[in-house]
Amino acid sequence: MFGFFRKRKPKGFKNSGRPSADRGILVFENTSDVIQAENVLKKSGWSVRVMGPPPEIQTGCDLVIEFPLIEELNIRRTLASADIQPLSVVPVTAPLLAPVDLFQTKDFGDYLMVRAANMKITIAKEDLKIVNISGGGCPDVPYLAQEMVGKTLAQAPRPRDLGHTLCGYALELAYEELRRIC
Amino acid sequence: MLGVVGTVPDPNFPLVHGPVRLIGGELIIAGRCIAINRGTPALLAAALKTAESRGGPEIYAFLVGDIGKGDGSRKLYQFLARQLPEFSFRVLTFHYLQPDADWHNKVLFAVETMTPRPTLIADAGFMYAAKMSGQSACYDFFTPDVGELAFLADEIAPHPFYTRGFILHQDADVPHLIRRAYQYQNAARYLVVKGQKDYIADEKRVIATVETPSFDAMEAIGGTGDTLTGMLSVLCGGDLTPARAALLAARANRWTGFFARPTPATQVCDLIDTIPQALQKALGGNLQEDDHGGNR
Repeated sequence: MFGFFRKRKPKGFKNSGRPSADRGILVFENTSDVIQAENVLKKSGWSVRVMGPPPEIQTGCDLVIEFPLIEELNIRRTLASADIQPLSVVPVTAPLLAPVDLFQTKDFGDYLMVRAANMKITIAKEDLKIVNISGGGCPDVPYLAQEMVGKTLAQAPRPRDLGHTLCGYALELAYEELRRIC
Repeated sequence: MLGVVGTVPDPNFPLVHGPVRLIGGELIIAGRCIAINRGTPALLAAALKTAESRGGPEIYAFLVGDIGKGDGSRKLYQFLARQLPEFSFRVLTFHYLQPDADWHNKVLFAVETMTPRPTLIADAGFMYAAKMSGQSACYDFFTPDVGELAFLADEIAPHPFYTRGFILHQDADVPHLIRRAYQYQNAARYLVVKGQKDYIADEKRVIATVETPSFDAMEAIGGTGDTLTGMLSVLCGGDLTPARAALLAARANRWTGFFARPTPATQVCDLIDTIPQALQKALGGNLQEDDHGGNR
């Protein structure tokens, strides 16, 4: 899950490079649908990537799924079996923005903080309890903090299950990084 | 009067508006109680504590439940686009709302018809929407952290999640990011940048910096940006110049750390409790703007 984002890139511009005529994007009504669709497609073995939409369809807090265009029918079938309907399917005609994929870790002694994009999550080393969530500006951030702070990494609900926005998605990446290093 | 627009993390919380009070550690608005954790409730609590210390103003909030699905935010956007012209505020602060450029523009259009036009502050999701819509210059204050400043400095990023790496890597050079944000017209009249060192800047120069007292743990505490914006919202509606109000808010926000003795596990409500002492301490210092040598 989200393996694409695990790869660390110490520097560089992160976009998908040149537009590829054989790639398309699935556009959904909201970010939660994207997260759900990504889960379903990756579990089914499809090679897909979560990316930023092209400017003409950006509304403010968006993700799209880039996929091999030739597999459109099969991918639509996989999504339909999970009761997920994309709003539209668009060929990729310009480079897509890629999410930030850098992690920063800060050691406070008894506490450890991981930052992914604009989101930070801090745990107590002793019991792996989440003690704070900071950063972000989308409305699911206070909700995720409310549901996760005070619980251990193992007990807390995952941001990917409760989050609905790019900030929620970034928090999932930070959470995954913490799980990886703890 | 100060107006604050934002969300609370409860999907069942209806759209409410009215004067807001801080009683027994909870916010009270329209007969409803809201816990202070972080987000807009933390901003409101900080603003109320500041107003209590400064003898006003009254604080009026527009709130709706939203847990990130955007449904509550859209209801609130719709309400504001229709009703805002009927209200009068000296300062109007927009906070945690689902970023949506189209709705942002409708609300800004409504603001432009308000008489008198309020001082406008945008933070969190609404600041993202303001930048994305290309209307940043309509605002008096943006209050980004350094990561969000990098987003403002990236002329093509629609959200901090997409800030390009070559810009994100310049987060140690805050003046450069500030300059770049203004260059692409993605900054408000004033920027109050929260970080290891806080920066107060306008288009021409860095007006002041604040770096003491400093507590590493504050970076981990969720809501320290909300408290800064809450204090600024009250202070810039008073007699201080905008830059001095920002300077006082930035200093007081740091002093909350001094009085709360923070660890990375400290919760923002513990910082909010110390705002009266922190303001007093910050007011005790010289509020002259630092001279940073003219142009950045």
